[in-house]
Amino acid sequence: MIHSLFLINSSGDIFLEKHWKSVVSRSVCDYFFEAQERATEAENVPPVIPTPHHYLLSVYRHKIFFVAVIQTEVPPLFVIEFLHRVVDTFQDYFGVCSEPVIKDNVVVVYEVLEEMLDNGFPLATESNILKELIKPPTILRTVVNTITGSTNVGDQLPTGQLSVVPWRRTGVKYTNNEAYFDVIEEIDAIIDKSGSTITAEIQGVIDACVKLTGMPDLTLSFMNPRLLDDVSFHPCVRFKRWESERILSFIPPDGNFRLLSYHMLSWDVGKINPQKLPSLKGTMSLQAGASKPDENPTINLQFKIQQLAISGLKVNRLDMYGEKYKPFKGIKYMTKAGKFQVRT
Amino acid sequence: MSSNSFPYNEQSGGGEATELGQEATSTISPSGAFGLFSSDLKKNEDLKQMLESNKDSAKLDAMKRIVGMIAKGKNASELFPAVVKNVASKNIEIKKLVYVYLVRYAEEQQDLALLSISTFQRALKDPNQLIRASALRVLSSIRVPIIVPIMMLAIKEASADLSPYVRKNAAHAIQKLYSLDPEQKEMLIEVIEKLLKDKSTLVAGSVVMAFEEVCPDRIDLIHKNYRKLCNLLVDVEEWGQVVIIHMLTRYARTQFVSPWKEGDELEDNGKNFYESDDDQKEKTDKKKKPYTMDPDHRLLIRNTKPLLQSRNAAVVMAVAQLYWHISPKSEAGIISKSLVRLLRSNREVQYIVLQNIATMSIQRKGMFEPYLKSFYVRSTDPTMIKTLKLEILTNLANEANISTLLREFQTYVKSQDKQFAAATIQTIGRCATNILEVTDTCLNGLVCLLSNRDEIVVAESVVVIKKLLQMQPAQHGEIIKHMAKLLDSITVPVARASILWLIGENCERVPKIAPDVLRKMAKSFTSEDDLVKLQILNLGAKLYLTNSKQTKLLTQYILNLGKYDQNYDIRDRTRFIRQLIVPNVKSGALSKYAKKIFLAQKPAPLLESPFKDRDHFQLGTLSHTLNIKATGYLELSNWPEVAPDPSVRNVEVIELAKEWTPAGKAKQENSAKKFYSESEEEEDSSDSSSDSESESGSESGEQGESGEEGDSNEDSSEDSSSEQDSESGRESGLENKRTAKRNSKAKGKSDSEDGEKENEKSKTSDSSNDESSSIEDSSSDSESESEPESESESRRVTKVSTPAFVPTKTHVLLHRMSGKGLAAHYFFPRQPCIFGDKMVSIQITLNNTTDRKIENIHIGEKKLPIGMKMHVFNPIDSLEPEGSITVSMGIDFCDSTQTASFQLCTKDDCFNVNIQPPVGELLLPVAMSEKDFKKEQGVLTGMNETSAVIIAAPQNFTPSVIFQKVVNVANVGAVPSGQDNIHRFAAKTVHSGSLMLVTVELKEGSTAQLIINTEKTVIGSVLLRELKPVLSQG
Repeated sequence: MIHSLFLINSSGDIFLEKHWKSVVSRSVCDYFFEAQERATEAENVPPVIPTPHHYLLSVYRHKIFFVAVIQTEVPPLFVIEFLHRVVDTFQDYFGVCSEPVIKDNVVVVYEVLEEMLDNGFPLATESNILKELIKPPTILRTVVNTITGSTNVGDQLPTGQLSVVPWRRTGVKYTNNEAYFDVIEEIDAIIDKSGSTITAEIQGVIDACVKLTGMPDLTLSFMNPRLLDDVSFHPCVRFKRWESERILSFIPPDGNFRLLSYHMLSWDVGKINPQKLPSLKGTMSLQAGASKPDENPTINLQFKIQQLAISGLKVNRLDMYGEKYKPFKGIKYMTKAGKFQVRT
Repeated sequence: MSSNSFPYNEQSGGGEATELGQEATSTISPSGAFGLFSSDLKKNEDLKQMLESNKDSAKLDAMKRIVGMIAKGKNASELFPAVVKNVASKNIEIKKLVYVYLVRYAEEQQDLALLSISTFQRALKDPNQLIRASALRVLSSIRVPIIVPIMMLAIKEASADLSPYVRKNAAHAIQKLYSLDPEQKEMLIEVIEKLLKDKSTLVAGSVVMAFEEVCPDRIDLIHKNYRKLCNLLVDVEEWGQVVIIHMLTRYARTQFVSPWKEGDELEDNGKNFYESDDDQKEKTDKKKKPYTMDPDHRLLIRNTKPLLQSRNAAVVMAVAQLYWHISPKSEAGIISKSLVRLLRSNREVQYIVLQNIATMSIQRKGMFEPYLKSFYVRSTDPTMIKTLKLEILTNLANEANISTLLREFQTYVKSQDKQFAAATIQTIGRCATNILEVTDTCLNGLVCLLSNRDEIVVAESVVVIKKLLQMQPAQHGEIIKHMAKLLDSITVPVARASILWLIGENCERVPKIAPDVLRKMAKSFTSEDDLVKLQILNLGAKLYLTNSKQTKLLTQYILNLGKYDQNYDIRDRTRFIRQLIVPNVKSGALSKYAKKIFLAQKPAPLLESPFKDRDHFQLGTLSHTLNIKATGYLELSNWPEVAPDPSVRNVEVIELAKEWTPAGKAKQENSAKKFYSESEEEEDSSDSSSDSESESGSESGEQGESGEEGDSNEDSSEDSSSEQDSESGRESGLENKRTAKRNSKAKGKSDSEDGEKENEKSKTSDSSNDESSSIEDSSSDSESESEPESESESRRVTKVSTPAFVPTKTHVLLHRMSGKGLAAHYFFPRQPCIFGDKMVSIQITLNNTTDRKIENIHIGEKKLPIGMKMHVFNPIDSLEPEGSITVSMGIDFCDSTQTASFQLCTKDDCFNVNIQPPVGELLLPVAMSEKDFKKEQGVLTGMNETSAVIIAAPQNFTPSVIFQKVVNVANVGAVPSGQDNIHRFAAKTVHSGSLMLVTVELKEGSTAQLIINTEKTVIGSVLLRELKPVLSQG
């Protein structure tokens, strides 16, 4: 599957390479640079580039190209999704994913990559498992390691790897047990010149931050679950239970994770008094020396509404089973503009 | 110490650098060059020293720096001897980094690499599974041909390791060894075959990956594992899911017949299919017989559906392509929503998904039409996404939505992204040709664009108008005139060339303008682009032929200019045209035809999608994305005309008993149980398991009907209730609180509910499933040898058949609360017991819900009623926390529903538990003919007969509903019936082998007669009591 990985920065330097099979010369990236030149902009570089002997599949994030080299047929999304998972893991480990950070932590990066793929096939991609195998660097740990000579590398197979809940590690302990859920909705809309809505849809996610001791089993129910029609789940959600009762039942991963994302096609604005149409005014000022803008620029709007999920989605209650303590629970709602465009 | 005794660590390669260094020292400024290199030497030297020091911290530092060098692509191979010494380091981090180094350089330093092998061989025996696994990983990653035999041995051993994690690594190692030495293929296939049987979800994905790489053509290895893979799929990790789904898609296309209706086929695949006359005949034959889907085919489609909800885009895409390639066309629609959802994802994901949607939307507009607006372009989209969206919008355009789309396109034309604006204009052209109603509108719109201030837009419009006019050349003189005027202003060569060509083609329609244009062009000829020059030549030639009076001189002037042009194409063309049109002595016979040649009717260009020809690649593949066959692409075969023998997927009984409670399932029970044990709700207990359906579907006439029923159920797979049924296996743990007796009643109840739903949905209840009856013989023959010695003439007809249906409902044996964390469930697999033919086989799943090991689980004291016997399972040494294990045991209940009480013990505790069998589980199904049935029934009359009248709504009396209800309650086999209103079932009791004959006879109105004939009158009447409410419920 994935032969090699090259990390390339925006100025075209290969600053990290990793090979899972025989070494592929970095000259293979010349084909990538060629395509990059042709595309002029980074985001127009084709994600799949064929070369005489290899195929280059890349993702572009945090101003870094992650270029995977493959040799034989493979579903391209498999590689792309994996590369994004790599980026997510780095972000999870180091807080940010940038060239200097990767260079500073090159050993951890290498160890993590080594665990993530074996012979080019994903081995451990759950960040909980990875973190048990290779501990993320912290200042404290670095100091302790220097003094005691202990290491960042675990010597036991993470329990998650074999258990029915691979996303959760065992033996989690907190003094403050808390579970927070953020319902975040983004409105994607296109408004045309005359002010009428061409499309409007809602993309929602429920992001969770769960810090609970032991093996808690949570259920989350909604006041109006019927609103959720097109959803995708974190693997921890019991799909059956959702299908039959519209209740989210799950043993959560430890820490931050995306529980659910959903998609709604309609956006009900509610009643607006035609006498008092709400209006929004703004002015644009051009930077001195900037070239004259387009005749009809498209305006991208950004806004945020706190404590409201525009779809009307409301969480009813959160219950915990399997553990005895009383957790602290919190729900936050937020609506913001996603790709909200006004054409003029 | 001289400089050349040290190798260099720079990437440029040691040898070369050394030479260079030498030269440098000998010729120019020795000290400078030396200094430059010596710093590197020193660096490596101190790395070596650090590696040889006694302190782990120094070693670790050195290794970290070396890994840093590797990461940057610098050559660190010269450190190999120093590094390899540390392969056995006690410090796990050093060891890991040494592994990283070894894997990188072993290929280059084969001899030295061999030094490390013994360390790995030792580590392969380590008690710690992580160490075993990583030793195998590194050993198999060292690409040194000499150790192939060692690797082979290691893989073989690891594939039998107790730890599934090690076995997973063994599966990965197979591929590594195969690429190192393809000669090992045969041996490796054996290992693959073995690992394919593995029940761990951890192994499944990896071994299928190995299968795909080593022996993708050995589809026969999949047969026996097909159902297991389908059932495990939801629990496999996401990457494995992708690989398995792709493999099963290929499998399905070779093993099942096409589920696509004739009409669809003709439309989409007509050309690939029925090519010869014989085939044609077969097709008509086929038409007569209604299509019934193989239950295994259905199983795959159904079990992949929940994965559309996966967060992993690759999994969603894999399921989408599976539906596209193997599901009935009517069901493929459900994938659209999920694919559209992926469009919110990253640019790269969007790119791939949009490509696939583009291909799909050409063949089936309807699928994506409801989501038209999701493909509207945003100004922030990257250009490649914009053009793909445009492509899809074009594919989706039809009479109904074209006006909306054209309005949308108008916005796009104004886009700042000129490449995109140009693509939009192309698109408008395509819409104009595809939808005749709007051709004129589009043309007018495009003409308006001719006065756009942006030249690229104008140029593109000219090109598109040219194409459109070519398609309907009549009465567009005005537009042509307008375009002729544009020649004064427009500078883009393609556009100018297009206009010239257009005027040339229509020179007779614009007789006044054309010569004038030629005049202007003659003037500017030398400064034109080559493309334009060629068209000027063409225009001249055409005018010369039609209007030589006015243009003869002009043309000759142009030809003279062309003759001396710098570009040889133009010189060639000039010479060619001159010879052809200007009559002279030398000109051959061709010049007579010059007019025909130049002014021939030219076919209009076809404006079609670039995605049109991509559908021959499997969707979701790299080959599809590139539209080139990638290395290693595996073709998707066409559906076979006649399905290969479906029985190859049947799994032998004994094996089946083991395989049907794989770890995955036990685990589901475990998690479900854990969950529900706390909750108060009364759960709905729908119960028509997917497992049983797939097992039974093809085994006997009536059993075929159960498969049939499954189908009708699933035809409406959009319906969530049927979905629920199919996966109730997962929820089985929720039956916890019920006693066995209540259990069976509740089961019956919910079943009848299902039945009703089913009935409303589809009245398909045909019982003609002859094709599968042949299989029944083979399977029953092999299993029926275990007949009891006991009494009676019934023996000659009691041929045990396989169960028609196996409820997956489990019963609680020991609740985890009362078992101090040990939980136990039992379940009747309805298989002949392997421990004794008078025993009922029972499978017990034990779960450890504590956080420590539970040791020595065994059965203690037994308190059995007289005569009752029990075969216990072997003591279990230990059960890991969160672990679960399934064991089989047998109990001879002496044909009674008495409770078997015994103790389930662990190292520290003993728990009293008991099993009371539902009466229906005391039976084994029997295959017999209608004639034999009647004969036997004739004997068992009087005292041996009990009966009852049932009243229920007519929809409960369809054959499939009755069948389902009866087999749910009791393990009986259906007897083929000649009369529509009589349903017969036969079984024998497990202990004595006495026949148990069940007859359901439908009467006028909504009543039916239920009759049971058996010597065992007590069981008979209990069964009657149980069946009666079930059958009368709606």
